[in-house]
Amino acid sequence: MTIGQDDTDWAALLLRVRDHQDRAAFAALFRQFAPRVKGFLMRSGADATLAEECAQDVMATLWQKAGLFDPSRASVATWVFTIARNRRIDALRRARRPEPEDLSWGPESEPDQADVFLAQEEVTRLGAALTQLPDKQRRLIERAYYGDLSHTELAQETGLPLGTIKSRIRLALEKLRYHLDERSRQ
Amino acid sequence: MMNGQMDVRHTIPDHLLMGYAAGNLPEAFNLVIATHVSLSDDSRSRLAAFEAVGGAMIDRMAPVDMADDCLDRVLDRISGMPQANARAPRLAAGIFPAPLADYLGHDETSVNWRPVSSGVKQSILHADRQGSVRLLSIPAGAEMPDHGHRGLELTLVLKGSFIDGNRRYGRGDIAVADEDTEHTPVASSDEVCICLAATDAPLRLKGLLPRLAQPFFRI
Repeated sequence: MTIGQDDTDWAALLLRVRDHQDRAAFAALFRQFAPRVKGFLMRSGADATLAEECAQDVMATLWQKAGLFDPSRASVATWVFTIARNRRIDALRRARRPEPEDLSWGPESEPDQADVFLAQEEVTRLGAALTQLPDKQRRLIERAYYGDLSHTELAQETGLPLGTIKSRIRLALEKLRYHLDERSRQ
Repeated sequence: MMNGQMDVRHTIPDHLLMGYAAGNLPEAFNLVIATHVSLSDDSRSRLAAFEAVGGAMIDRMAPVDMADDCLDRVLDRISGMPQANARAPRLAAGIFPAPLADYLGHDETSVNWRPVSSGVKQSILHADRQGSVRLLSIPAGAEMPDHGHRGLELTLVLKGSFIDGNRRYGRGDIAVADEDTEHTPVASSDEVCICLAATDAPLRLKGLLPRLAQPFFRI
């Protein structure tokens, strides 16, 4: 599957939404992500009508919260995922989900371009790692993210390749630790 | 904690961070994990990684067609919609990190403490069929009364510290215990220890059990 592996710079588009309220850039993001969010919500158990409504809400939130997007910390797909996840939780009204405190990242206002590149590339590498997992493991991960596995089930699933995931995301962890170390020195 | 010195008993296990990233946890655990992540850079970076897995799933998702007018409808909606242009600062209140202070709507000076036993106090913040979460206040040097272990327990230190075996748990550390864990935590002798503790044990109705049978976790 080559989805998400084209060369479109989604982060640059979202920054145009953030900095210039660029509706054409938003339309491009919508065409890419809204149908995938709809698919994600349907896999999470929503019917097509509800999933389509919620996908529109998610994209409106993407516009509204573009100012909070930091391309050195998360890819656009990850940012979209967190919005879609929160929308799903709201729709189910199952549980409140408090969010951690935000970090202040010190005085620099422009993120480092190398960090931006790494954060955006991360998702592609993780996606490739997911496709290489044995079917059973991949389906478990997918079920967890579709909201179909409780934490008790997650704990009991010894086949869950958390180690594999962690080794694939070591780079992300190191990068984040570097930033956090920098922050604690300031 | 920052330089790779990982102690699984002081931090949150991967499967729970993944559950939090995926949005699948009971409310009681959500509150403890959001509060813990606010105090632990290591857990914060691991959480970001598990959220990136969610991003990869969105990325790989086969697109599902949407009605032709969806884009126009959303473009209409966002016309004139104000954009949040900076993170609204959420300030911690005293020893309570922002998620906990937001959840309660107050700081630790307004906690509605109830006595449990021998100086130990608690305040139940939330209880539902999936679990419960409470604040605990244990006097300096006091032993935590025996946990009637039911299900999984997360105990996050907010103030002071407690010793369990040869380990010391300080502010931001989280102790994870299940039915099989044998332990006797004791608050450090220098100051009162305040913890945020959650369990996914099924709710028991108040008053159905004699008080002695539930010395620590009241419900």
